[in-house]
Amino acid sequence: MATISGEWPHGGPDRIGPPTGGLYPGIGLISAAALGYEILLMRLFSIAHWQHFAYIIISLALLGYGVSGTLITLVRERTAMRPVVWLSANALLFGMTLLPGYVLAMRVPFNGLEIVWNLDQIGWLALLYSLLAIPFLCAANCVGGALAIYPAHAPRVYGWDLAGAGMGVIAVVAAMVWFPPQWALKGVAIAGIAAGAYLWRPWRPGIGATGVVLCVGISLVPGMWLSPVVSEFKSLPRTLNIKGANIGFESFSPWGMLTAVENPEIPFRHAPGMSLATVNEPPAQVAVFTDGDGMTTITRYDGSREPLRHLEQLPSSLPYALLDKPDVLVLGAGGGTDVLQALFYDARHVDAVELNPRMSELVRYGYREFSGRIYERPDVKVHIAEARAFLRENERRYDLIQIALLDSFGSSSSGTRALDENYLYTVEAFQDYLWHLNDHGIVAVTRWLKLPQRDSLKLIATARAALEETGASFPESHLAVIRGWQTVTLLISRRPWLTSDLERIRHFADTRRFDLAWLPGMRAEEANRYNRISRPTLHDNARALLEGNAESLLGAYKFDISPSTDDRPYFSNFFRWRLLPELLELREQGALVLLDSGYLVLVAALAQAIPLAIVLILLPLLLLHRRQRSGVENVRTGLYFLLLGLAFMFIEMAYLQRFVMYTGHPVFAAASVLGSFLVFAGLGSVTASRLHAATAELGISAIVPVASVIALLGLIDAAVLPWLFTIGMSAPFGIKLLIGVLAVSPLAFAMGMPFPLGMIRLAEVSPDFIPWAWGINGCASVLGTLAAPLLAIHLGFNTVIVVAAALYMAAALVPWGRFQNGPAVHPTS
Amino acid sequence: MLIQSAIRIGAIALATLLLPAQVSGRNNEAEYTEMRREMVSDLKRYTRRFGDESGSPTLSDDVWASLETVPRHHFVPANEQDYAYENRPLPIGYGQTISQPYIVALMTDLARADKDDVVLEIGTGSGYQAAVFSRIARHVYTMEIVEPLAEAAEERLRKLGYTNITTRSGDGYYGWPEHAPYDVILVTAASTSIPPPLITQLKPGGRMVIPVGEVFFTQQLLLLEKDAEGKVTTQHILPVRFVPLTGEH
Repeated sequence: MATISGEWPHGGPDRIGPPTGGLYPGIGLISAAALGYEILLMRLFSIAHWQHFAYIIISLALLGYGVSGTLITLVRERTAMRPVVWLSANALLFGMTLLPGYVLAMRVPFNGLEIVWNLDQIGWLALLYSLLAIPFLCAANCVGGALAIYPAHAPRVYGWDLAGAGMGVIAVVAAMVWFPPQWALKGVAIAGIAAGAYLWRPWRPGIGATGVVLCVGISLVPGMWLSPVVSEFKSLPRTLNIKGANIGFESFSPWGMLTAVENPEIPFRHAPGMSLATVNEPPAQVAVFTDGDGMTTITRYDGSREPLRHLEQLPSSLPYALLDKPDVLVLGAGGGTDVLQALFYDARHVDAVELNPRMSELVRYGYREFSGRIYERPDVKVHIAEARAFLRENERRYDLIQIALLDSFGSSSSGTRALDENYLYTVEAFQDYLWHLNDHGIVAVTRWLKLPQRDSLKLIATARAALEETGASFPESHLAVIRGWQTVTLLISRRPWLTSDLERIRHFADTRRFDLAWLPGMRAEEANRYNRISRPTLHDNARALLEGNAESLLGAYKFDISPSTDDRPYFSNFFRWRLLPELLELREQGALVLLDSGYLVLVAALAQAIPLAIVLILLPLLLLHRRQRSGVENVRTGLYFLLLGLAFMFIEMAYLQRFVMYTGHPVFAAASVLGSFLVFAGLGSVTASRLHAATAELGISAIVPVASVIALLGLIDAAVLPWLFTIGMSAPFGIKLLIGVLAVSPLAFAMGMPFPLGMIRLAEVSPDFIPWAWGINGCASVLGTLAAPLLAIHLGFNTVIVVAAALYMAAALVPWGRFQNGPAVHPTS
Repeated sequence: MLIQSAIRIGAIALATLLLPAQVSGRNNEAEYTEMRREMVSDLKRYTRRFGDESGSPTLSDDVWASLETVPRHHFVPANEQDYAYENRPLPIGYGQTISQPYIVALMTDLARADKDDVVLEIGTGSGYQAAVFSRIARHVYTMEIVEPLAEAAEERLRKLGYTNITTRSGDGYYGWPEHAPYDVILVTAASTSIPPPLITQLKPGGRMVIPVGEVFFTQQLLLLEKDAEGKVTTQHILPVRFVPLTGEH
């Protein structure tokens, strides 16, 4: 085995001595704090802005990890002289800069909605993520510094870094159940300070006292300074501007910030798509916002039917014209409007599924009398679950499955949901719904009407695909679509429609002046009568999808209206690149609002991240030029760490997606996937270190078998996990989670090895390049985080896993590490 | 070194934060008039083919004349005045925006108001749309639910000398029955339902125009027409000349 000290300045680590016992827990703590900070930022900026902007802002801020590679390279010699100061100071700086950076960033006047009109917003965006990047830079300096200072111990440092990060995710998600995220933010800052004080060895009382003073200072920061500053263009602040509006209830949880707004002076009258032929006024309502947007309402109900007459005039009441006293399943119960509608129509029983337990508590306890205790009735049962998970766990069949308008019109029309994974509107979801219907049962889905049509067409295409999968010979005879001035309602019948059904649908639509868009056997002149759309009408397109050449329409349509699947669950993304030139040409007419900006913003973020990453990767090389490694060797080494970083993130992101449906909520998915991936990868890294120490032979040569194992496990998981999840789905939550965690642990364990194996080799041949490799890993993580959803939108998450497996294999086959002290250990030799 | 860097970043951030305030509001009235003329000239170009959608060959001369007269820069905050004649929506405070001039032109044209008409507007905002209508119609009644916006608009319109506009702060749901029926009703405030009282207050043969979308994102214009028997039909109008199918299909 090669000696490690050869390349060190000033005597290298031999002079510095081995790391103190405090190093590893200190690294674990700062990494836990850094990942906790990331999760909290995601939560807080989802409240302040919109989720996809939050995702992009935080992804780019993580480039702080890339910057640290350059910085450590620059100051490496001085760092090695005073390792304790470097490690401790950076951890302390993390804790000290976190709150000021966050407070300033919250006040940057970035308005994502204006980005298509005003390119100045990109400048604000850059300022925003620069401010948030500073604490990440400090944390990365600490961990990367430890790798650089103690290269022989890199695998253990990396192992503690990963395991600490994993524990940080779990701790922060748990903390958010009981505390508002802004409080948890203080906890994360204090953890950073504690790590800084702990890393200072030998420990001195002065350091402890300084740490205590800083922690007290942080804990005294007024909570209102840290409250998220909600964009004035979100629904909640705009509602609160109305005279008489006041917040009746507010709660923070991992499920989101829930705010109930009352207005006794000017009541809410939320009645999406209500017929223009009615004179009925909805009764008073309380508006409930999630993360300042996505409004649902709680309607006043005193047990009498008369005030609820407006419910008859909503397009969503169509299925009740066909069913008598049905058994109803409401998916996305929210404030209970659809439950109320079912009760209005004398439903025998209503199962109401709601994701957010706080929402149900709000109706049940906060507005108990106001809501008429609808969630406490014997004929109503509320289930807190993710809709698909609920269906997989239950075998009950229903007469009606009602899928409410879950997103607000605002977020739907502005395209801010384009990147949201949505498992309610996939082919597999529709198959699940159909399976849970009685023989005469109906699925009813209502969506906002978007022009040019895209939601409605994708819905029809998805329903058709699901019916075909379930063996329906004539899918078109199971479908009905009506359209009002604002919404589209799709009905899917388990059996083909009867003539009497068709008559009732026609009567329902005519009396409310809704248009028929699809009904088996309907005449063209029956469409587009009351709410006219210039050609091609929804009916023409529906006919093409159901009776014509669907493939031709799907290919020719300028928006992506192909069916959404569990593997590509991006129902709200309609973007196709061919749209861009035409809409750019029409931008003065406001055409860019048709772009469903989420996708393009992601592309724009990647376009910013790539050049930044290139600079951050090349800059240290210029600083290290004198080390006289060949350019080819640098490219190979860089490629190795870049591919590893990308592959790691791709697999992590793909698993995150899979776990959303399995665990029932994105928050549990994040906690279980990130937590278990990072902890087990950390264990893998430490194990690699121990094996290396024990055998003295395990080095870069082990990467080929390790990468092969990762690729194999990834591919096996892709095939086996759906089956395993089906088994685990009906288990109690704890067992279910355990099955999930155990399922990913072997893969995560193996994924923890390639990076430290590379580090071991790098420590042998060119220890000066360790910070560089660390920086590359940081940049690759950012690029991977942004590229994975793009890849998934086009090719699906299974492909993301296959690509990740290929990247691991490619990394293993990159020939590097032949230079300097050690013998050439070509992976393939 | 890190502390120095942090201070430097802080200084840059502060300078950037202050920058927009320094560069605004530097034009005089003559320059604004010229900018307005150029804006209208550009808008005429954009709307050339819009007639295919709306059923009228071009937008009415009255609409263009009004847009050329109403000083949009007085209807936007001081720090946005330099952008007043760009064809884009602008924030006006309280989470509201002033619509893109192109959309204002289309909505005004769709309403087909004339000099004898009485117009009701729900959602005054800064008062710009009401000012544009006031040059065409006999009288404009406009209501705003956000009190400070209503007060500011009233003051602004009074100062600018619009005598045929009456403003009121309050809930637009019930309309303004004292002056009903209306020839034209414009509902610029976002809503998930069209209030039945507004349809009642629309004259038979009257037209209601509703921009559908969200702040910064007008996706379509909804034209509601009430026939002589009081029955209503709507027409969805896309403000963009865009066909979602490729030519070969």
